[in-house]
Amino acid sequence: MQYDHILIRYGEMSLKGKNIKQFIIKLQENLQQKIKEFPNVKVTRTQGRMFVLLNGHDPEPVMEKCRKVFGIQSLSLAIKVDNDIEQIKEASLFALQHAKDVKTFKMTVKRIDKNFPIHTNELNQLLGAHLLTNTDGITVDVHNPDVEVKVEIRLEAAYITSKAVLGLGGLPVGTSGKSLLLLSGGIDSPVAGFLAMKRGVHLEAIHFHSPPYTSERAKQKVIDLSKQLTKYGKSIKVHIVPFTKLQQEIFREMPESYAMTIMRRMMFRIAEQVSRNESILSLTTGENLGQVASQTMESMHAINDVTNYPIIRPLVAMDKQEVIDISKQIGTYETSILPYEDCCTIFVPKAPKTKPRLDKVSFYESTYDFTKSIEEAIDGIETVVAHDRKEVDEGFSGLF
Amino acid sequence: MIYLDNSATTKPDEAVLQSFDQVTKQFYANPSSIHQFGGKAEKLLHAAKQQAAEILHVERNEIIFTSGGTEGNNTAIKGIALEHQGRGKHIITSEIEHPSVEEACKALEKLGFTITYLPVDENGVISLDDLKNAIQDDTILISIMHVNNETGSIQPIEEIGEIAKQHPKLFFHVDDVQGFGKVPLELPDSGIDLCTISGHKIHGLKGTGLLYVNKHTKLFPLFHGGDQEQAIRSGTENLAGIVSMVKAMRLIKDREKNEVKALYDLKLYLVEALRTIDGVYVNTPVEGAPHILNISVLGIKPEVIIHMLGEKDIYISTKSACSSKQTDESKILAACGFDSDRTTSALRISMAYDNTKKELEIFVQELTAAITQFREVME
Repeated sequence: MQYDHILIRYGEMSLKGKNIKQFIIKLQENLQQKIKEFPNVKVTRTQGRMFVLLNGHDPEPVMEKCRKVFGIQSLSLAIKVDNDIEQIKEASLFALQHAKDVKTFKMTVKRIDKNFPIHTNELNQLLGAHLLTNTDGITVDVHNPDVEVKVEIRLEAAYITSKAVLGLGGLPVGTSGKSLLLLSGGIDSPVAGFLAMKRGVHLEAIHFHSPPYTSERAKQKVIDLSKQLTKYGKSIKVHIVPFTKLQQEIFREMPESYAMTIMRRMMFRIAEQVSRNESILSLTTGENLGQVASQTMESMHAINDVTNYPIIRPLVAMDKQEVIDISKQIGTYETSILPYEDCCTIFVPKAPKTKPRLDKVSFYESTYDFTKSIEEAIDGIETVVAHDRKEVDEGFSGLF
Repeated sequence: MIYLDNSATTKPDEAVLQSFDQVTKQFYANPSSIHQFGGKAEKLLHAAKQQAAEILHVERNEIIFTSGGTEGNNTAIKGIALEHQGRGKHIITSEIEHPSVEEACKALEKLGFTITYLPVDENGVISLDDLKNAIQDDTILISIMHVNNETGSIQPIEEIGEIAKQHPKLFFHVDDVQGFGKVPLELPDSGIDLCTISGHKIHGLKGTGLLYVNKHTKLFPLFHGGDQEQAIRSGTENLAGIVSMVKAMRLIKDREKNEVKALYDLKLYLVEALRTIDGVYVNTPVEGAPHILNISVLGIKPEVIIHMLGEKDIYISTKSACSSKQTDESKILAACGFDSDRTTSALRISMAYDNTKKELEIFVQELTAAITQFREVME
């Protein structure tokens, strides 16, 4: 006996009305995509539930992949058997024995097939007794069990599950349109991207690269971070903007204390243009109110002024520690803390304005024409696609 | 040549040598150099680490590349002892560990640590009850090998891991130098905090190895310097060695999956064939590792047999290469309770996946001839 499928329970999307269908289809598509590497594993659904059929595959790695798909409330390894009491007994025992760290259990039987000869209460007792006699040190606790062994007797078959593992919740990626994530390489922006994805957003990313001041490693870091995010969604297009010339101009032509504010405004202008080109309807940033000079209320006001695109700021009200915790949990932290210079750390004004005034910013910008450099930066964009698959550098092929 | 001393070291795989050669020539930059060439080397180092982590089902930052088994064992044991001595100075190990564990523990005794050496039964296996009884409030480390290098006996690592889990204050180190690639061992959720692997025992090169260090486990480094390898093992990375070892890990894992049964069959054949020779006793438990067989030829000094077989281009060993510079008696066999006739006449035959039945047949034939010849001379 072994687990033969994974039962998927829908998250928040189950509250949807008539349009629930499109969410379900997206979830199925996303799951299918994630388990593509396991050739025999398939996703199917019947009314109201989705299954991942293992077809003999080891459940653990499949479960691991499925857990990272948004839109799922919880997942359980399950066994499908015929509507036969002996098979149901055997499967229930297997499910209990294979749940980890269990001292107490509760038996829950749903008898949807009313033609099944044994009634629900009787089944509860019968199966509970079978489990108790065939295990050691495990007892029944109907109020607060470590695991609930569930048996559902449906018309076509009986399904047995034990431990439910929590999913990530949220909405299936792709159900909320696309957003362009401003990805610096720090701790915050990948977390912001992750949280936007949780709301069903399909991400593209934009990164400002300032060679030769910033290295290939800084660029690779951003691609690696994007790659990590793809584990929770689809492939991510990363637009790498050559930013050196524009940045140098800003620092040469603008008052030093306003250079940082103006640099951010340029980033937003370029990001908006890229969004327009890619039919993206919003920007996502890792901004966090009050964290640094560019993220005070006054700075956000002055910077936001250049675009009327919606800006998703999932971290705006979070504590830094919460952000760090999420980044560790999603596996971006280790990469984020690699100490490479990025475009925001090389040109740093000695005393950036923490309360820039919009009228002053507009005035300073009006004294110099940046149009050409902005266009050049956009024309020079290099687009790399980060995929959720292992890629070995071509130069390294054969080495492993 | 018939080489049956694979627990001492193995023949480097051709593909492993190729990787070494290519990396040495093409990526010789220091991975810590900030230029592009260094960046490339660093990227390769990361890729190697990633691959090693995937093979072991652990995370990338839990891999520390070392120079081999002795370094891995020393780093683990002394690293835990020095880092956590404030919490306790008691360490538990067994009587049949490799010298790099045993001597590291003895060195710590001189620094004021107390060591419990768990005895083993005639199969070379510790008792879990002994272990449970040995754990004290001030125990900070359990260090138990997975597969014994002389007898091939396998310790109940899973069960020890479960016991270790119940004592969250202590760490559990496994020396898996002889087991890796021959006897499966799963690291995640096993209760194992540290695990040593060596490159040259799996057809990699000498001077390569790795230590798995669970991300929640803190070690006091033996080498301080440029903070390479998560600051646990400073020193410029031996990138070519690292890449080649990771390749060796992948290759041996593939062979383990497909050929371990055949290796067991070879061992069974050998056990049966050797038992028919008069005066030969098998010291190895049948349920031991598939590649190591320990026998005693009563009344003949093991060195004599080694040299007689050596004349025929057949290579086996007396006990372990690391202990063979000391006296004739095998401490490990003595710990298993064998009398001195057996412990002073022990020979180890250790196989690799490449060995064939034909080779073993010749070995059995030559061993029989050697024994007969010796006995004739003595009479």
